[in-house]
Amino acid sequence: MAEIKIRIKNLYKIFGDSPTTAMQHVKDGATKQSLLDDYGHVLGLKDINLDIPEKKIQVVMGLSGSGKSTLIRHINRLIEPTEGQVIVDGENVLAMSQDELRDFRRHKSSMVFQKFALLPHRTVAQNAAYGLTIQGISEGEAQDRAQRWIDRVGLGGFENHFPAQLSGGMQQRVGLARALATDAEILLMDEAFSALDPLIRTDMQDILLDLQSELHKTIVFITHDLDEALRIGDQIAILRDGESIQQGDPQDIILRPADDYISDFIKDINRGRVLKVRSVMTNAKRAAGPKLSMDTALEDALQALASSSKGSGAVVDGSGKTVGKIEMKAAITAIARPDRSGVTPRYK
Amino acid sequence: MEFFTEFPEMGRQDLRDFKKGIDASFREFSRTYGEGIENFFEPLLWFLVWLEKLLINAPWPIVIIVICALAWLGSRSWKIVLGTAVAFLVIGYFGMWEDTMSTLAIISVATLLCIILGIPLGVLMARSLRVQSAVTPVLDIMQTIPSFVYLIPVVMLLGIGKVPGLIAVCIYAIPPIVRLTNLGIRLVDKEVLEAADAFGADYKQRLFGVQIPLALPNIFAGVNQTIMMSLAMVVIASMIGVKGLGLPVLRAISNQYLALGLLNGLAIVTLAIIFDRVSQEYGRRLQAHKHGGDNG
Repeated sequence: MAEIKIRIKNLYKIFGDSPTTAMQHVKDGATKQSLLDDYGHVLGLKDINLDIPEKKIQVVMGLSGSGKSTLIRHINRLIEPTEGQVIVDGENVLAMSQDELRDFRRHKSSMVFQKFALLPHRTVAQNAAYGLTIQGISEGEAQDRAQRWIDRVGLGGFENHFPAQLSGGMQQRVGLARALATDAEILLMDEAFSALDPLIRTDMQDILLDLQSELHKTIVFITHDLDEALRIGDQIAILRDGESIQQGDPQDIILRPADDYISDFIKDINRGRVLKVRSVMTNAKRAAGPKLSMDTALEDALQALASSSKGSGAVVDGSGKTVGKIEMKAAITAIARPDRSGVTPRYK
Repeated sequence: MEFFTEFPEMGRQDLRDFKKGIDASFREFSRTYGEGIENFFEPLLWFLVWLEKLLINAPWPIVIIVICALAWLGSRSWKIVLGTAVAFLVIGYFGMWEDTMSTLAIISVATLLCIILGIPLGVLMARSLRVQSAVTPVLDIMQTIPSFVYLIPVVMLLGIGKVPGLIAVCIYAIPPIVRLTNLGIRLVDKEVLEAADAFGADYKQRLFGVQIPLALPNIFAGVNQTIMMSLAMVVIASMIGVKGLGLPVLRAISNQYLALGLLNGLAIVTLAIIFDRVSQEYGRRLQAHKHGGDNG
């Protein structure tokens, strides 16, 4: 397990005129609905505890109103919490002075926004260099340093365009270049690809994964899209009504959903593509059949198993050593949609 | 019954004493501080006189060339530049050159003053709700109170002359730039501001890097309105001793000189149209980045 980079502890956020009194009601057991009906306050986040590993992509997923955008804004304190701690590298962000906080935002974290939030009066090159100029670096040098990132996200040649002249996908590449240019260790992405159409979104996910394999940043990625979450997340946390209802590895969430809400959520995904061989294998030193790596998707593994005469395969690690065995039957069971008779539908 | 038919008003004697009291105390105030205030405005007067003399004494072809150059810088439109040149030639031909230069001087100084005072005030209003709720009623008063009413204390304090005229013009002309600066900054996209915050921008970087540049089209609309309103005050300002196109108009009113009034009135309109077109064209160019096409 990697080191923990960001540790969120007992975080509460209540929106309203007197959050501290409302806080007492929440501790006495008020729910989001009853807090709104009886006291006129909105419960944004309730007792969030989340450990975000270093150099991994942590996805926070939830439907609109679940508090995911509120949560990510606590990490760089764009929103002040009602109670709780956000500890980054041993330092509590929520206790920082204004100067310390500014320094943290300038050097340690950067952010990509859903609606891009580019500066309309600055060119692509100037936008990409924005974070650096805020650090006090001269405009010219900042643009030289940002150039590398403009090229890296594939926008070479568009340096002198204004954001309004670019398509949504290109604008978000500028947003990404702007966030990467400061070399911050933490990248906060608030529904960064949600405003883009599906093909462009997949493109951007590829760019992000490609960059991540090289840069190894700690990324917190907010999304409402399960496919996106499963595609890029090393870890997923699911929020509902301001509460965290399940956290874990994507495989884990699919195989062992914590409650009906989540199983309802995951019912339509392509399990054969998301689930990996390592999730259904059994430990074994020796096994017969076709050799499969641990991260082979089940749909590919099944094809290999079906075309061989054996009903099982050998799972090998990177060096080719056998570490487990996969049964065709187990793979098929994992792919089959779980029995959902007797489950009340989410939408009545 | 008398209570309902006769309004229970203040006694006539009391009312007279009340008014007298106010008048006396203001007179006292102006006697004590008048000179100090006059000295305070001395540099302004000096600048105004200097500019006026410069415009009048400079050879007229040079003045027209400079004005046309400024119009070109603002509008980048040959049509507007040509119109400006023709307008000034016609004004000069009809013998209104000196008055027009005087008016130009006071309008320029008044606009400059309004910008210097108005934009920071608008920024302050946008920053704090309390300042906004304190300043807004004052702006309402400045825009609606009949100008003659505030001319009285201004003249009592500073006498008749250029400076009181300038102050009267500014009182009338400053509200739009304050309001539109405030509005422009408040309308700046919250998401862009959030992005500036997320990258650690401090107050100055937010203000000069994001808020003012994005509010510029609105601020510029305010400058345009300020110029228009100060031109509208030219005639009233001439009543308290400001030279310029307003004075002949005033003379025309009292003597029923139709042609004189018409010519000078039209000269004021011409100035207004030139200022308006040039500044609007400039404002439009400020927003060029909002549209595709031009990469500059």
